[in-house]
Amino acid sequence: MSNQGPKTLFDKIWSEHLVGQREDGTSLLYIDRHLVHEVTSPQAFEGLKISNRPVHRPEATIAVADHNVPTINRQNIEDPQSKIQVETLAKNTKEHGIQYFDLMDQRQGIVHIIGPEQGITQPGMTIVCGDSHTSTHGAFGALAFGIGTSEVEHVLATQTIVQNPAKNMRISVNGDLPFGVNSKDLILYIIGKIGTAGGTGHVIEYAGSSIMGLSMEGRMTICNMSIEAGARAGLISPDQTTFNYIKGRPYAPGADHWDQAVEYWSSLPSDNDANYDHEIIIDSSEIDPMVTWGTSPEDVVSVKGLVPNPSSAQTENKKKSIERSLEYMGLKPGTKITDIKLDKIFIGSCTNGRIEDLRKVASIVKDKKIASHVQAMIVPGSGLVKKQAEEEGIDIILKDAGFEWREAGCSMCLGMNPDQLKPGERCASTSNRNFEGRQGRGGRTHLMSPELAAASAITGNISDIRDFT
Amino acid sequence: MDKFNSLKGIAAPLPIVNIDTDMIIPKQFLKTIKRTGLGVSLFYEMRYDNDGNLIKDFVLNTSPFDQSKILVAGDNFGCGSSREHAPWSLKDFGIKCVISTSFADIFYNNCFQNGILPIVVSPDQLDQLMMAATNQIEFNIDLPEQTVKAGNHSINFEIEEYRKDRLLQGLDDIGITLGYQDKISAYEEDKKNKKPWLFKDN
Repeated sequence: MSNQGPKTLFDKIWSEHLVGQREDGTSLLYIDRHLVHEVTSPQAFEGLKISNRPVHRPEATIAVADHNVPTINRQNIEDPQSKIQVETLAKNTKEHGIQYFDLMDQRQGIVHIIGPEQGITQPGMTIVCGDSHTSTHGAFGALAFGIGTSEVEHVLATQTIVQNPAKNMRISVNGDLPFGVNSKDLILYIIGKIGTAGGTGHVIEYAGSSIMGLSMEGRMTICNMSIEAGARAGLISPDQTTFNYIKGRPYAPGADHWDQAVEYWSSLPSDNDANYDHEIIIDSSEIDPMVTWGTSPEDVVSVKGLVPNPSSAQTENKKKSIERSLEYMGLKPGTKITDIKLDKIFIGSCTNGRIEDLRKVASIVKDKKIASHVQAMIVPGSGLVKKQAEEEGIDIILKDAGFEWREAGCSMCLGMNPDQLKPGERCASTSNRNFEGRQGRGGRTHLMSPELAAASAITGNISDIRDFT
Repeated sequence: MDKFNSLKGIAAPLPIVNIDTDMIIPKQFLKTIKRTGLGVSLFYEMRYDNDGNLIKDFVLNTSPFDQSKILVAGDNFGCGSSREHAPWSLKDFGIKCVISTSFADIFYNNCFQNGILPIVVSPDQLDQLMMAATNQIEFNIDLPEQTVKAGNHSINFEIEEYRKDRLLQGLDDIGITLGYQDKISAYEEDKKNKKPWLFKDN
């Protein structure tokens, strides 16, 4: 990457954060904000202690417990190991002077929901967290990516990370979104198109009128699942929509620096003639509401489609992979997607646990009842999302329809807390991963948008929102 | 960190694509606050049935593969979550080298933090090595020479120089970076002036 000539958004953030080259040729990149949660940090703090190293800049780090926490009766974490992890985070953050939103704090929630919600996430920043869905923050034009625990320790000790530049990929989606199609469908479609390793080694910049027309919530859903396409990070240019979202939030730049910040943020979008290593252009009219049928996020199909036939696979490996997925999912080739009967509905996660998602679900299930054979659960992404929904009466609508209304956390997206699928149970989920065992051993996950999940809760089958009245 | 120089032994074949970190180490084992002790839970759902009994025909449950230090696996190994518990569990089981056609970025990075060598080979080479692994042919992995030898096959692999050096010498990455403390401080001073909103106390 040269310092001269046109630059991408990624190139600009990269060069702004380059502290220098180490002798081994690697780059040292400065990290503006570090988000920490209970599951991937204890060993990092332990490492600091063993080496007797302090936290370099405690005020640049924010911590919250989200992965492990119960969504009911949260005063008492029954699982002793989960309890120890949460207590360890409280102890470590106190010891090092790091801001911690505890379980009783209304600001507690999924780390990738609360960063933007608090205004911690801002354009042009570098943000890391020991969690792969850190890519969510890219929706603000911040370079944000997941790291391992050893790197968490490295960032705590040095406020930098050792990196080599990523390649630039641009995915442009153009045109008005068809009726019933939203950001979740867009990103599932993209993952289906490029595959779960399609973005490996790249930062994906999403562009085009369909993307720039999305709300911040919609943009976050897109960037969130960049990791499911194998990308290091996702990025969207900051614009007026971004600035409007940030303004006035607790950690946003105050009046004294607001104009200066906006001026800088406005310089970030990629130059017109910037060069990309890889470019994909999609016409939004070709996108339907999407659903996953298998055990990888690339296993997507239109809700109007059929479960695929392994015999149509182009390679032997692909055929084996489809057969394995179908066996796990308990599905027969050629089955209509809308004929698939569900047991559970999960609405929440860092992908789709924001207020806009809850509003959509409420508008669909208002004055209706969920199917008698399904259990449906809504887990708001944060305490503040929950509070706002309650102020808008959304909780009443959802509870009247038969949904369980829970406390904030990661919950059944990964089932580290008691919210899990039982073997063989089939779930319509607004989360991000349909891996084998992800939501509970033997559990079967179909990823989809909140709209589809809401419609499916009512009918009890996977349903097309476009057919739903 | 553990050093890696060379490795000799049989390799366990795992011809599945997109092996994700949830498969390598399921969520219930992420509740630990230690780095060690995860080997027994490696590939838990493939290795144990619902009652916790060993599934006898899973490759890592069969002799001699239960002693493997090398794993040969399908494309896009280690995709999904950033959990470093994945390489911790591999290491704790005794696996020091994974061979595949590609690795997810975060997992790849995490391996080098733990003295594990991930080797990228071509699809044809993977087919050959998978066959050699299945036939229990001894593998010889030489990091200084960047070669994998198994029977008649001799494969050269690529690795970035700094990663190679770190594995060979078992270097402490944080220690190296702390040597650049002056540069980090200078960077911070500069940005405090240019972008003051980033340095407001949280």
